[in-house]
Amino acid sequence: MIKSLKRRNSELADGQKQLKILSNELFSEGHLPTFKQKISESGQFPLRAKNLEILQINVGYMCNQVCKHCHVDAGPDRKEIMTRETMEQCLEVLKNTTAHTLDLTGGAPEMNPNFRWFVEEASKIGVKDFIVRSNLTIMRSNKKYYDLPEFFKKHGIHVVSSMPHWTQGKTDSQRGNGVFQQSIEALRILNELGYGMENSPLKLDLVYNPSGAFLPADQKSLEADFKSALRKDFGIEFNELFAITNLPISRFLDYLVATDNYEDYMYSLVEAFNPATVSNVMCTNTLSVGWDGSLYDCDFNQMLDLPVNSKIKHISDYQEAILQNREIAISQHCYGCTAGAGSSCQGIVS
Amino acid sequence: MQKTYYDPADLKKFGKISEWNEELGNKFFDYYNSVFEEGELSAREKSLIALAVAHTIQCPYCIDAYTGDGLTRGITKVEMMEALHVAGAIRGGASLVHGVQMMNKVNKLEM
Repeated sequence: MIKSLKRRNSELADGQKQLKILSNELFSEGHLPTFKQKISESGQFPLRAKNLEILQINVGYMCNQVCKHCHVDAGPDRKEIMTRETMEQCLEVLKNTTAHTLDLTGGAPEMNPNFRWFVEEASKIGVKDFIVRSNLTIMRSNKKYYDLPEFFKKHGIHVVSSMPHWTQGKTDSQRGNGVFQQSIEALRILNELGYGMENSPLKLDLVYNPSGAFLPADQKSLEADFKSALRKDFGIEFNELFAITNLPISRFLDYLVATDNYEDYMYSLVEAFNPATVSNVMCTNTLSVGWDGSLYDCDFNQMLDLPVNSKIKHISDYQEAILQNREIAISQHCYGCTAGAGSSCQGIVS
Repeated sequence: MQKTYYDPADLKKFGKISEWNEELGNKFFDYYNSVFEEGELSAREKSLIALAVAHTIQCPYCIDAYTGDGLTRGITKVEMMEALHVAGAIRGGASLVHGVQMMNKVNKLEM
């Protein structure tokens, strides 16, 4: 199993170092236009936050997997975990916001020792859509997690899970040996409980990230290919496929630099820039809460340690009126969310 | 002066051929883009055909382009190699089938 950048003492474990590289440091000839310049051309700078619709909470970076592309640099050696006190602050905010979606992520969010308590408490408050981003294998990795599918069903959780490909080779190559088989087992169990089945209220969506230095193809055609292959080979059903572009940060940035793919990848992102996506990128209607309660415009900014442009920096000080209409913090990685049909935690944006 | 005939960076400049003849260039790219849209054949199938043809005509730009395109579409390396063997079989077969002409000629000339 590979180790996290942090465990390897890689300089790319530092968000500031990543931002420096993203500021064209490594380009051999010329410079790419800055994202700020690019969105200014279409009169969309500064990018401003709209009404809060999604509260995305990262409850910790600990994970049972070490995926090659992970933008969180998550893994078993990451100990950053949200405390119950911070969770209580998040719940307090959830009671008083316009957010209709609660989106729990990690690492493997289920590995936070207070995860189940948090889900139970958040369920009492009630949101239209309660998402848990599960890596699937956690449900089969240890007996103490075997009942997670039933727990999810009990609370009407919307399960969103990564699945890089419908074949074992491509999936295991990105996410680790054995991941594909365990994921298939978990998907079967979820299907048996009604997840992902036609006319069932239990939603099961899959997330596709390209397994390398290339952009995703059309989301609908990928979804059709995934559905057809998973049904034919394993009898598995799911609702939607979200195609997400790999953003050039953290472990994926490390991979791009190490394999001499960085420049070409950045060029391909800039070439695919689509101004029509800018007004719908996830940061405009999402607030991302870090494991320590710090506030960010998105999960990617969280990993780059790019906080919100606001005097409110922590969930304990949350004031919607002050955070609304704030200027979104941007850098070159934002090209990733505006390439082609656009990319967000919910898939394409245009 | 560059000492090789092919420069990978030239692939990104493909669209520039329209600059010296906009009308014909645009007609070509309109046609090209239409060809690769979903039709009776899926865009995925067309991508594999393009990859196989690229190897047959030995176009390094096309090989780069359609290897990348295949990856974005989730095409596996096993599928790509199978497509190449189809191209190889046709290409090899095209040489061998001319052997019939050779055999006819030999049979006609030899006592």
